[in-house]
Amino acid sequence: MALLQIAEPGQAAAPHEHKLAAGIDLGTTNSLVASVRSGTPETLPDEKGEHILPSVVAYTESGVLVGSEALANAYDDALNTISSVKRLMGRGVEDLRLLGDELPNDFTQTDSRVPRIRTRSGDVSPVEVSAEILKVLGKRAELALGGELTGVVVTVPAYFDDAQRQATKDAATLAGLRVFRLLNEPTAAAIAYGLDKGTEGIHAIYDLGGGTFDISILRLNRGVFEVMSTGGDSALGGDDFDRAIAEWVMQQAGIEKPDSTLQATLMRVARLAKETLTTQQAAEIELEVPAWKGTLDLDTFNGLIGGLVRKTISACRRALRDAGITADEVEDVVMVGGSTRVPRVRELVGEFFGREPLVDIDPDRVVAIGAAIQADILAGNKPDEEMLLLDVNPLSLGIETMGGLVEKIIPRNTTIPVARAQEFTTFKDGQTAMAIHVVQGERELVDDCRSLARFELRGIPPMVAGAARIRVTYRIDADGLLEVEAEEQTQGVRASIEVKPSYGLSDNEIADMLRTSVEHARDDMEARKLREQQVEGDRVIEALVAALEADGDELLSPEERDRIDAELAKFRKLVSGTDANAIEQGIKTLETACDFYVERRMNSNIRKAMAGHSVNEFEQETE
Amino acid sequence: MLDLSKNFFELFGLPVSYTIDNTALRERYRELQRNVHPDRYANASQQEQRLAMQGSTFINEAFETLRDPLGRARYMLRLLGVDVDSDNETTKDTAFLMEQLELREALSEIRQQADPPGAIADFLDNVSGKLNQLTREMATDFEHPEADKLDTIRERVRKMQFLRKLHQEAESVEAELEEELL
Repeated sequence: MALLQIAEPGQAAAPHEHKLAAGIDLGTTNSLVASVRSGTPETLPDEKGEHILPSVVAYTESGVLVGSEALANAYDDALNTISSVKRLMGRGVEDLRLLGDELPNDFTQTDSRVPRIRTRSGDVSPVEVSAEILKVLGKRAELALGGELTGVVVTVPAYFDDAQRQATKDAATLAGLRVFRLLNEPTAAAIAYGLDKGTEGIHAIYDLGGGTFDISILRLNRGVFEVMSTGGDSALGGDDFDRAIAEWVMQQAGIEKPDSTLQATLMRVARLAKETLTTQQAAEIELEVPAWKGTLDLDTFNGLIGGLVRKTISACRRALRDAGITADEVEDVVMVGGSTRVPRVRELVGEFFGREPLVDIDPDRVVAIGAAIQADILAGNKPDEEMLLLDVNPLSLGIETMGGLVEKIIPRNTTIPVARAQEFTTFKDGQTAMAIHVVQGERELVDDCRSLARFELRGIPPMVAGAARIRVTYRIDADGLLEVEAEEQTQGVRASIEVKPSYGLSDNEIADMLRTSVEHARDDMEARKLREQQVEGDRVIEALVAALEADGDELLSPEERDRIDAELAKFRKLVSGTDANAIEQGIKTLETACDFYVERRMNSNIRKAMAGHSVNEFEQETE
Repeated sequence: MLDLSKNFFELFGLPVSYTIDNTALRERYRELQRNVHPDRYANASQQEQRLAMQGSTFINEAFETLRDPLGRARYMLRLLGVDVDSDNETTKDTAFLMEQLELREALSEIRQQADPPGAIADFLDNVSGKLNQLTREMATDFEHPEADKLDTIRERVRKMQFLRKLHQEAESVEAELEEELL
């Protein structure tokens, strides 16, 4: 029997179809959960009134602790306390070396490529640790909203790749949450601001967190957010400011090789000094062992971090260029992330964009609030809501071609979902298989990009080189996940793969790849030219050898044959060298030397082809 | 759901014309995505979600093609039964090719100029000007695309490809220069 619902006197009955949804900002240092209640998005506090949940998980003897209690546990039980787990998401065991010296935890060696952290409760994966944080936030939301959540939106850095996104989604599933969508953090901030202010036009979102930096350029037009470009440096954040201060203190105090305790103390006093300098002109710094006392003034601090901030500005410049706009077309600049509280950051960003950056939504909460708005809409609570997000892929996706070169199939900053196809052909006569190598990155050589997947298309009907037509299609769905398909056009032979790498690019790698693609553009051009000439050279050699085998004895005198063989040997040497111009020249020389032979072959082939046909008939056919 | 057999112009409710109303195109693009984007089907069946994905992908492709003067020209040629094989076709206009050689040479020597950032900006303006010129010429050609015009257009497409590539290379030189100045 269905029970009738009766609303309390004086209260409007909630619409039956109102579904509970929440937005979660799963941060490196801190996490938050927010929801839209009575039309207003707000972050939700725990029972003590705290909104921010430190992203720390402790495996203690009495159970799992999350948040500030776990943080308290870190000092005397570091091995069983895990912080900054976000940096391990979607990473392989190989990537640990890059982070290793900064993490106090023990890692276990397993067959799997996913690293596992040793704790007293057994080995745990980064996905499981993140799930603990998400569980706490999910419960908090259900308690505050008074019911079960239909779904959540979880935010990720715009720069997260497939593997990192997949790992985040897995963690939410493990925590028993249904993920409507993963949302890029800067985009979430834009939603929070855009819908709050109803501002049309182009927005720049400058997001400087503890360990990552993202810049996104968006256009807002009647509720539609179009991401025009996104960029960043995922190995740059407030932690680097702390490190710069710590190094300055070491220099001033004459500390040369701090042990891990002193190192931790240095980082702590550095962070405190940085925080003081957001409001004061100078910060007192004091160490007990060794006893040292000093003052860091704002100018000195600004000097220490100037280079770091300028790096973010240069990423802003690149993002504007990718969006095809200039700084003065930007309507407003939204500041996100705790590190944007640093005055020097605000100054330089304001200077670059030529306007005062917006800071009126708490930079720590703005991402969670944007996620809550999106979650509310995706849950179907606002059928008339006009808001829509059109996001882009952050890094170019390409395919390996001859000579280890990359052909870009989907360039970075293309609106998703997207499908792009390109045709390729065979290199050798009778080739029946083709290796497809999927890569991600901006550089021109495969070795400089990240390998995502490899697969083979087999069963290509044997044809002469260059005759087969193989169509390779890349598809990226709305969650940013890639699928690749290859199909031989004449016979319809197919092969496909869903690209789900078991680990992703490290943040440093992404940053380096972007940086070096600019720095090395010139080297690339030269390396590219060499590879191209080598490929061309190999092609020439292969063709000539095949011809000689087929009819060299028949068409050439022994002297002529010797001459060609000698030229060929000379040319082989050139091709194995590193001088692109010499190879280019060598091709011409060899071709000249073989001119007479090629002509003879041509005549011989025409004779063969025409055998059995009358000349008259042949002429008619060519008309 | 969306009829994927429509041509890109029909999709946006625009006349098949090389001269395009960019504001209308962008507005209708948003309008279509508002109805078809997968985010609109977050609670729908798998089948519907898949269709939304396909539809949204198709709209993105159509929009990218039509808003780009080169993509639009190639697409219109295709509608007229002419396939431009961009990899294997090149212009035989020797005067144009000579000019390209000179431009490339100028680009490679731009660092030796007194004011490289100014020189590269002028260079980019110059190439953009040539591209715009080709776009305008194509617009006239496409007004009455009789058979004899098609070859002319095809030739312009080839030239546009050349200039586009040159523009991209000049942009990366500009980016390098900016990075070096920091």
